Amino acid sequence: METALTLNHFLLVSGLLFAIGLAGVLVRRNLIVIFMCLELMLAAANLTLVAFSRFNVVDGEPAYDGHVLLFFIITVAAAEVAVGLAIIVALFRSRETTDVTKINSMKH
Amino acid sequence: MPLLDTLQTANFQAWALLLLPLIVAAFILVVTKRWSGISSLLSVGSALITLLLAIKLAAGGDSTEIGSLPWIDLGDTFRVDIGLKVDELSRGMMLIVTSIGFLVHLFSLGYMKDDAGKSRYFGGLSLFMFSMTGIVLANNFVMMFIFWELVGVSSYILIGHWYHKNSAAEAAKKAFLTNRIGDFGFMIGILLVWVLTGSIFFDEIQAAVGGITNMALLNGAVLCVFCGAIGKSAQVPLHVWLPDAMEGPTPVSALIHAATMVAAGVFMLARVVFLIEAADMAAEVIAWIGGITALVAALMALQQNDIKRILAYSTLSQLGYMIMAQGISGGSDAGMFHLYTHAFFKALLFLGAGAVIYACHHEQNIWKMGGLRRKMPITFWTFAIGTAALIAVPFTSGFWSKEAILEAAHEQHMHGPYWLGMIVAFLTPFYMTRLVIVAFLGGVRTEESANAKEVPAVMWAPLAVLAFMALFSAYGFIAGPLLARGDADVGHFFGHIGLTAILSFIGLIVGVAGAFFLYKDKKKDPINIPLFANKFYIDEIYLGLIRIFQDTLAAFLDFFDRFVLDPVVVRFPALSVMSAGRFLRIFQVGNVQAYAFYFGIAVVALILFLIL
Repeated sequence: METALTLNHFLLVSGLLFAIGLAGVLVRRNLIVIFMCLELMLAAANLTLVAFSRFNVVDGEPAYDGHVLLFFIITVAAAEVAVGLAIIVALFRSRETTDVTKINSMKH
Repeated sequence: MPLLDTLQTANFQAWALLLLPLIVAAFILVVTKRWSGISSLLSVGSALITLLLAIKLAAGGDSTEIGSLPWIDLGDTFRVDIGLKVDELSRGMMLIVTSIGFLVHLFSLGYMKDDAGKSRYFGGLSLFMFSMTGIVLANNFVMMFIFWELVGVSSYILIGHWYHKNSAAEAAKKAFLTNRIGDFGFMIGILLVWVLTGSIFFDEIQAAVGGITNMALLNGAVLCVFCGAIGKSAQVPLHVWLPDAMEGPTPVSALIHAATMVAAGVFMLARVVFLIEAADMAAEVIAWIGGITALVAALMALQQNDIKRILAYSTLSQLGYMIMAQGISGGSDAGMFHLYTHAFFKALLFLGAGAVIYACHHEQNIWKMGGLRRKMPITFWTFAIGTAALIAVPFTSGFWSKEAILEAAHEQHMHGPYWLGMIVAFLTPFYMTRLVIVAFLGGVRTEESANAKEVPAVMWAPLAVLAFMALFSAYGFIAGPLLARGDADVGHFFGHIGLTAILSFIGLIVGVAGAFFLYKDKKKDPINIPLFANKFYIDEIYLGLIRIFQDTLAAFLDFFDRFVLDPVVVRFPALSVMSAGRFLRIFQVGNVQAYAFYFGIAVVALILFLIL
């Protein structure tokens, strides 16, 4: 039986993605994995944006503004990833580790 | 030649008279400090030029066109100018200040020849000349007060010239602080006069003084103004600083602490004599304070052994006479007359003492001198002439001016001050003759006096000039042009040789004879009165009073600081900041993921807060 996809389906997937990402960020120790989890959270947010936009019907037509915006976000996020990876590389060079529990020199 | 014309106006001359010493002082301080020879010559040159300017100014008549600079202008209620007032009083005073100033500068060339701080010394002298000129020429109270404080500063600098000596540094501090007490009263007095008359200009006050109806306030105002004179002219009870001020170089004592600055109080009272004459009660107080100072200081002088201290107490005593004259109705001129003659003979005595000290290698105890008459004949004879003028030997300058004051007191039936002054007339010859006998006559007592030599010409020349003035300055051919004011001149007193003259002549004979009888050929002081030698223990009493009050105040403040300020203002805020910090420190675990967790919690909490 075929059921139409509703907004709630998208939001559910998006929420799951976000929760997985957040959990990864909070529990994983490897910086690169944490970074990937962050990207996951961003993707979840993007999905929500697109879903809301798609289900926002104006004059009988769905709106596509969110889709356009999404491309910009992805582009900027790509740049952000480059910067983030660069920071991780620099950090690794100076500390020779990517374990966040070992990067704690700001502790009181 | 417009430039030449400008140079010849009284306006320009008066301003140059005021500003030249300031420029020289600044120049010495900034540029020539390291070349002491140049500094001293600059300073002496400026003293000479100001003397010439003062003579020029005295030759001209009243100059009303002296320009003034507006300084503070608050509409009709309050206005202060920096303006000059050139009248008979200030012209005469200017001549005294600049002539003695010049002679002292000259003397200092010899006395301070090898001093390490010569530049500083001459800079200080020039600063003093500037400040003193400001007091004399000021046309209003506020300007006078400013320069009043400036002479205090220059006096501080010069007393403390040998600041590495603890006693000199202490004396400078004492002089400054004691003066400040008097000056505070002076400031209040100025404000009260302003309240009464609505002006601080002498001319306007004089015009308004007749319309004052609140006599109590007027008396209070005059007494407050008199406080300034008590401090600066070292009257009882603020006289304690002057004897200590003798720690300064001797030429400074001659110029500042004998002839000019200490006379500033007398001059100031003479400047506002119209106020004093309007306030009977205050005038009486002034006369009494003057008389008491004259007596107390003369008593203290009887038992001093330091040549400069004896002279310092005699200065106090003579200042007492002058102040007394200011309190006597119609006696102001006599007081200024005595100021004028006293300036010369007392400067002479101090410079003479300076010459003796210089010759005896800075020995100041008269009991360690003796026999100096043969070693230093010029110094001895000039010193003797100065002494003669001070003890009012008939026909010397001091005789005329002192008689004038006592005569004025007698005429106005001020019996108390009159008899006080009369007792002093018995004491002065005694202690001065004692000084001369012990220091100059008799045999040589110590090596210092045995090796003494006559001082160089640059030092005895001023002595000779001053000796001439000490003898003749009261006579019309000198005093006439200087003191055109009133009839305070010799002629006035010929003709009535009355009780006063006879009594003071007896005093002179008794005093001199008594001193000869007691002190001729003595090796040490035959009489010993600890009360006088210790200056009535006034210094000790002040010290005790200060200690009691200061210690009580300090104990209270200590309590307040320890038990009120410290816990409430200091410890409590410190403690709260510290505990807040300690609490917040718990969250700084150093783990990035923990921070992210806090952040997440906070975001959730914020969303919940916004939704609910």
